[in-house]
Amino acid sequence: MALEKIHSVTGRAVYVPGDDIDTDRIIPARFMKCVTFDGLGEYLFYDTRHTPDGEKKDHPLNDPRHAEASILVSGNNFGCGSSREHAPQAIYRAGFRAVVAESFAEIFFGNSIQLGMPCVTADAADIRKLAATVREDPSTRVEIDVKERVVRFGGMEIPCGLRDGARQSLLEGHWDPIQDLLEGAPEVEALAGGLEYMRA
Amino acid sequence: MGKSLFKKVWDAHSVRELPNGQTQLLIGTHLIHEVTSPQAFGMLRERGIPVRFPHRTFATVDHIVPTNEVAEPYSDPLAQAMIEELRKNCADHGVTFFDTNTGHQGIVHIVGPEQGITQPGTTIACGDSHTSTHGAFGAIAFGIGTSQVRDVLATQTIALNPLKVRRINVDGELAPGVYAKDVILHIIRLLGTKGGTGFAYEYGGSVFDGFSMEERMTVCNMSIEGGARVGYVNPDETTVEYLKGRPFAPKGAGWDRAVERWLSFASDPDCEYDDVVNIRAENIAPTVTWGITPGQAVFIHENIPTPDDGGTESARESIREALEHMSFAGGEPIRGIPVDVAFLGSCTNGRLSDLKEVARYLEGHKVNPRVKAICVPGSQGVSKIAEELGLDRIFREAGFEWRAAGCSMCLAMNPDKLIGNQLCASSSNRNFKGRQGSPTGRTILMSPLMVAAAAVTGEIADAREVFGILESAGV
Repeated sequence: MALEKIHSVTGRAVYVPGDDIDTDRIIPARFMKCVTFDGLGEYLFYDTRHTPDGEKKDHPLNDPRHAEASILVSGNNFGCGSSREHAPQAIYRAGFRAVVAESFAEIFFGNSIQLGMPCVTADAADIRKLAATVREDPSTRVEIDVKERVVRFGGMEIPCGLRDGARQSLLEGHWDPIQDLLEGAPEVEALAGGLEYMRA
Repeated sequence: MGKSLFKKVWDAHSVRELPNGQTQLLIGTHLIHEVTSPQAFGMLRERGIPVRFPHRTFATVDHIVPTNEVAEPYSDPLAQAMIEELRKNCADHGVTFFDTNTGHQGIVHIVGPEQGITQPGTTIACGDSHTSTHGAFGAIAFGIGTSQVRDVLATQTIALNPLKVRRINVDGELAPGVYAKDVILHIIRLLGTKGGTGFAYEYGGSVFDGFSMEERMTVCNMSIEGGARVGYVNPDETTVEYLKGRPFAPKGAGWDRAVERWLSFASDPDCEYDDVVNIRAENIAPTVTWGITPGQAVFIHENIPTPDDGGTESARESIREALEHMSFAGGEPIRGIPVDVAFLGSCTNGRLSDLKEVARYLEGHKVNPRVKAICVPGSQGVSKIAEELGLDRIFREAGFEWRAAGCSMCLAMNPDKLIGNQLCASSSNRNFKGRQGSPTGRTILMSPLMVAAAAVTGEIADAREVFGILESAGV
């Protein structure tokens, strides 16, 4: 199954400020009592978007001006904590197709790339510029150019980081590696056969 | 030049380079639980792909099991659906399942070692970030997402980039009342919650040489809280001794071959690390968190920071956010903060040695009547031995509830949850906002004995004073 080649992601962006935004905050554990990922988008950042009584709070994702956003912008160490793929799944299913942050936690980053959702880093000053621009005008068109590793918005262009392997996976449509992994079956067989602990 | 354990294990399990430049890495041992596996089995069904090496996947159920009701159906139908789904998936694919009626169920990171499934020189993956625990045995063990659980089920491999290796030496002698939990909280405080991104942490030095396997597991468990997906200790005689006679450990001639092989994976003395950090054991005191990340920690005799203690605007903002959530003013002592709940358990500190150490000091003390205190053994195996030793009686008499095995109040996917803005003294691993089930709930992480001290006094306290440890050590 050929995967889409992801050269860029273009859309509106929304800034969710904060460092160390963990995956419990992205999708609280009680919403993981499910056997599919369907419907998770609804619960994205649930406890920061709602009061304990379920009333909507003042939060960028509750702001109707950002309703069409497809690029999430945040701070340092985004996605830390639990390895739950429910977190990137919730982000994706809420309509986002890319995340820009100062840095990402490792497991979250890998999980996101495997969904074909680019996660690119930018330095704090550039993130502030991007945040200010989209706050001012939520309809700003933001383009994440995976190939050139830059983010363009409102006549500006900022550099962004994306490690080579992930970039290549996105550009060449190998971001979900299952097909490649299956093709390695003969080599896997041979290697496993040589490891005593793996024998049945 | 010599090689690190990480490099040796990586090389021994590298299948090939993938078109995108990543390594196809063989996963020798795959552990699964009910939360992150059902979607993966679903993806296999959709594509009609079988489980390639069913005998190398081991399952247990931990996150959603209630610890106060054992009979099924559980009162929560969603929890019941999840356990049934796992049962069915394991049966359909021939995967070993340590179900609740086997006497071996428990938290996946306690069951693997206990069964002897976790072995040195192996690669271990599980859809759970605390998989780093298994690194205590000299395995390369890491958490993966559900799509990767699918990859392992389908191919026994995943696509991964190699990590750099940071050696963390802790030398000297820990003072009485200072535990493995304090060591890892101190490391995270020093290196930060993202300091380990891109690294495997290799823990060593005289403190780790002297640690039991269970102490090593406590430290490796929380590597991910410092951003390191992998944390490990080189295998030695302590490792071998622990594994001897365990149900899944090799037997007979196979045992001798395995031991020789296991020990050969230890990092070579002349290997070069990408980074080295040296810590003196004497500088570590009982450590507790005060904020909403595991890196926001202080020694028990220190004060909670104020925003002015942050070096940058974003650090000041993080402190402000944490103080607001915790309802602390900042600048006050952490000691004496009133506690509502005391939770003893989790994959970090729910092992037999944790319970034994607490029971040793708890006898004769009573839990403060304001405090709800629960003790949750990490596995049915831990529970059984603890009960044989009469530890359950000590906990019960002191006023702790003695529960059935599971993740319990570490993460609130079962009935054990904080209510409102309750403050919990917790032996678990995460103090994130909402982690323990109430969006406004508050968590203070600490060692098991510090949890007991908080339970007894009803406030954050120095266990060394509460239990007279300093006097008995002649300090």
